[in-house]
Amino acid sequence: MEFSISGGLIVAIGGLTPALAIGLIGAKAMEAIGRNPEASGKILPAMLLGMAFAEAIAIYSLILAFIK
Amino acid sequence: MVSFAAEPIFNIGKFAVTNAFLDTLLVDGIIVGLIIAVRKNLKLIPGKFQTIIESIFSEFYLLTESVAGKNAAKIFPFFMTFFLFILIANWTGLIPGINAIGIKHEGEIVPFLRAATSDFNVTLGLALVSITATHVLSIKTVGILDYLSRYFSLNPINLFIGLLEIISEITKIISLSFRLFGNIFAGEIVLGTVSTLFAFVFPLPFLMLEVIVGLVQALVFAMLTMAFMAVLMTPHHSESKEVSH
Repeated sequence: MEFSISGGLIVAIGGLTPALAIGLIGAKAMEAIGRNPEASGKILPAMLLGMAFAEAIAIYSLILAFIK
Repeated sequence: MVSFAAEPIFNIGKFAVTNAFLDTLLVDGIIVGLIIAVRKNLKLIPGKFQTIIESIFSEFYLLTESVAGKNAAKIFPFFMTFFLFILIANWTGLIPGINAIGIKHEGEIVPFLRAATSDFNVTLGLALVSITATHVLSIKTVGILDYLSRYFSLNPINLFIGLLEIISEITKIISLSFRLFGNIFAGEIVLGTVSTLFAFVFPLPFLMLEVIVGLVQALVFAMLTMAFMAVLMTPHHSESKEVSH
């Protein structure tokens, strides 16, 4: 039986740093909301935008995994 | 499972009409229909529908003003058009049955419609329009000389920076188009996979996630276009704030 792990490897390695980045963004946003709960309305969209940028890098590797 | 390329439904001469193309027509129809519905019932004292549309537009105009300042009136039409088009195109892929109703071709179902932004041609086209509009607006606002001075200079250090700027213009197109395409296409595949695991209730949280992803990616594309325009429309020599990307 033939099987390949390249797709899984691509996502695993390519998803490493974006996962870290999203964790950091979330942690900092929580910290900011904890310091200033009234600003949560302003922090949330900025956090989501930052997460979208970090996530995009994981998405690139996901595409590669699909088309490999 | 969604195929990587958009599948042709029928041909007009040599021009293949794909399901993604049909979906862009549907999105256009929805947007034009919305506009006509709003324009027909314009009143000085707005009804419910008009109030919703007006508050959305004014909210986004304030957002544009906070980033672009005095250039907001020129940037806002592009921002709002990109946002509405991409948002509705992303969400059409989530309409129940849209990926299931189609013609049978060699044992596989070719759907009549698919989310327009899950076809790379559409997102690449959007990115090209966005970057071209950015440069045209830049030349119109700051003038051709100031525009060129951003990329070419007699000072060797600035010449090198100009070279980097030219490369960054090309990467803008790649990152804009691949970000949108990847997110929506991956979403379609995830939904397909999850539905084959267990068809009831289980895909619901993923559908919710895809609704949010569609909104966020539309916002990201539009906001990035706005930020690029705002940066390129400020004269090169009096640049006060830099928007990173």
